[in-house]
Amino acid sequence: MSSVLILGARSDIARACAQHYARQGYAVQLAARDAASLEADATDLHLRHGVPVTCHAFDVLDTASFAGFIEALPILPDTVICAVGFMGDQAESERDPQAAALVMRSNYEGPSLILSLLADRFAERNSGTLVGISSVAGDRGRASNYVYGSAKAGFTAFLSGLRNRLSRTRVQVITVKPGFVATRMTEGMDLNPRLTAQPDEVARAIWTAQDKGRNVIYVRGIWRLVMTIIRLLPEALFKKTSL
Amino acid sequence: MDLSGWGRYPHQETRLSTPRDAQGVAALLGDGPVIARGSGRAYGDPAIGAHAVSTRHLNHMIAFDDATGELVAESGVTLGEIMDAFLPRGWFLSVTPGTKFVSLGGAIAADVHGKNHHSEGSFGVFVDWFDLMGADGSVTRCSRNDNADLFRWTLGGMGLTGIILRAAIRLKKVESGWIRQTTIATRNLDEALAAFEQTYDATYSMAWIDCAATGAKMGRSIVMNGEHATRDELPPLARPRPLDTALHRNLSVPFDFPGFALNPWSIRAFNELYYFKGKRTPPTSIVGLDSFFYPLDAIRNWNRIYGRKGFMQFQCVVPLESHAEGLRAILNAITRTGAGSFLAVLKRFGPQDSRLSFPMEGYTLALDFPLTRRSLDLMPELDRITADHGGRFYLAKDSRMSADTLRRTDPRWQAFAEMRRQQGLTQAFASAQSERLGL
Repeated sequence: MSSVLILGARSDIARACAQHYARQGYAVQLAARDAASLEADATDLHLRHGVPVTCHAFDVLDTASFAGFIEALPILPDTVICAVGFMGDQAESERDPQAAALVMRSNYEGPSLILSLLADRFAERNSGTLVGISSVAGDRGRASNYVYGSAKAGFTAFLSGLRNRLSRTRVQVITVKPGFVATRMTEGMDLNPRLTAQPDEVARAIWTAQDKGRNVIYVRGIWRLVMTIIRLLPEALFKKTSL
Repeated sequence: MDLSGWGRYPHQETRLSTPRDAQGVAALLGDGPVIARGSGRAYGDPAIGAHAVSTRHLNHMIAFDDATGELVAESGVTLGEIMDAFLPRGWFLSVTPGTKFVSLGGAIAADVHGKNHHSEGSFGVFVDWFDLMGADGSVTRCSRNDNADLFRWTLGGMGLTGIILRAAIRLKKVESGWIRQTTIATRNLDEALAAFEQTYDATYSMAWIDCAATGAKMGRSIVMNGEHATRDELPPLARPRPLDTALHRNLSVPFDFPGFALNPWSIRAFNELYYFKGKRTPPTSIVGLDSFFYPLDAIRNWNRIYGRKGFMQFQCVVPLESHAEGLRAILNAITRTGAGSFLAVLKRFGPQDSRLSFPMEGYTLALDFPLTRRSLDLMPELDRITADHGGRFYLAKDSRMSADTLRRTDPRWQAFAEMRRQQGLTQAFASAQSERLGL
C-alpha cells in the first residue's frame, strides 16, 4: 500500500489532498502542530476510504525536531505534500521584524528544510514524490505582500534546486502555485471566481502532476498567463503598478 | 451575497457564514436570526434570509457500526458522500430523495422522502438521534426517547428549531449496487393510478407523468417500480463485483435531456419522446442505483436549463379519499393554460406518522415550471384545487405560497409557530420562507 505524508494537515488544501489520496487507496499520515486536532479528520478519512490513518505532531518552526519527526513515522511515505503556509499581515511584517521572521520561517525555512531531509531519504531509497505548495506570490515581489511573497520565492527556488539535484534519481519534485484558492486563508476576500480554485481542484491537480511526472504546476491555466505577463513587465514600469 | 435556492428563484442578499465547527456556529448566534443552509438544494427560499449559516465545513463522518448499520456524521455530509463511502461495503441509504447532493442536515430538516415512502416511510424513520444547537448555543441530543418533543418538531421543521450539528442514521444492507426495474406504460391517469395500487408491494415506485397530454391521454404515465437486485440477477459482467458502481456507466443508458429552449412545443415534444422511450423500455431491466434514483444528478446544473430567471417547483399531496378528482383537476388546469411542466412526477405515499412532515397517505405530484407570468398565474389556481381536495404542500419545494394558503391547508404549522414563539425561537432562527409564511 502506498502512503502519503501531509505536512500542515489542518489547512483546507491539505484536507482536500488527504481525501483525494485516501480515495486512491493511499495510507495517510497527517501532521500538524497539534496532533490531537487531527483526530476528527483521521476518523473521517478512515470511515470514508477504509485506509489506515495516523496523526503526528509537527512544528515547522522547530527545525531541530525534524530528524526525529521523520524517524518516528510508521513508514517512510511514498509521497509527501508540504502544505504549511502562513500569510501573516504585510503591514505588521513591515513594522515588526519578529512578525516578518515568522512569515519567512514558516513559508521558507521550515518547509525547505523538512523537504530537504525527506529528499535525502527518498534519494537513498531512489523513489518518491516531494510536493511543495508554493505560491504565485513568489513569482514577483509586490508591495501588497512581498514578505510572504519573498519567502515563497525562496521556497520555489529551493524546490527548483532540489529537483535539479535529484534529476538523476527516480525522486520527483513538484512545485505547486495554486493562485487564489477558496480557503480559510482567503475567506471574506473579494476574489474573482474565474481565478479562484476550490481546494479539491488543487488536490486533483497535484494528483495528476504526480501521475504525469510534471515539475511546476499552476492549478488554473490562466494563472500561468497572468504571472508570465507580470514577470515580463519591465521593472521601471512594474515598480509603479499596484497589483 | 446574492443567494437563492436550487430553483434560482427567489434570490436575495443574504449574509453567508461558513463556520468550521460547533464553536464557530455558536459564535454566530444572538446577532439577529439565522438559518442553517446545507447544500442549497431546497428549491425556493427555506435556506436564504437575513443570515444563512452554511454547514459546508461540518462534514466529518464520525462513526459507523457494522452490526447495526448506524452511521454518525456531521450535518454537512451529503447523501452522495455517504453512498460513496458505504455502498462498496454493501450499505445504502434507507431513504433517498431524487438527488444525492442534499446534506444530511437538510434531509432531516425537510424530512425528505423517496420512492419507497409507501413501503418504508420518510427519512426521519431512520434517524436515531441528532444534536441540535439552540438559540443560546447549547446543544441538545434529541431522539424518540430523549427530548422527543424537539425531535418531532425538528423532523420537517425546515431548520426553524435550531441548527443540526450531527446525526445518527441507519443504513440499509444491500447485496448489489443495482436495481431490478419494472416499467409499466399506462395510457391515462386511471390506468396509472391502478398500476400504483396493483404494485403497492413494490419496494420502490414512482411515475413520470406526461403533463402535456390531453383528452383521453390525459395523465398517461410511465410507472417505474424497483427492487434491489440480488447478485444472481445481475448481468454476468457485474456479478463478480456487485457493488462496483464504475460498471453502471458502461451497462446502463441514462436518458439525455435535450438542451433546447423550453416552450410549450418543446415540452410537448420532450414528453412525447420520454413517453415513447418508456414504452419501448423492456418491462424489466437491471439499472444502476444512480440512474434509478438520481437521473437528474447526471446533469450537474440542470437547474440552468430554465435560464437566468429560474424556475418554480410545485409539489402537493392529495389524500387517498379524493386523489383521482384532485389530480385530474390539477392536470386540467395545467393543460388548459399550456404552462406545461418539463418533468412531472407522480408517486403514491403510504401512511406517515410525524408531526410536521409533508407526506400523508395519498398521491403526490411534483412539477416544475419556468418562471413566466403564465406559470405565476397558474400557481394560485393549483393551490386552490389542492386545498379544495384536502391536500397540502411540500415546503422544501415551495418558493411563493401565501401564508394564508399554508394556514388553510396545513394547520400543524400554526402550532409550530406558537411553539416557536413560546420557546423564543422566532427571533433566533428565521428564513425568507418562514417570514413569508408567518412561521
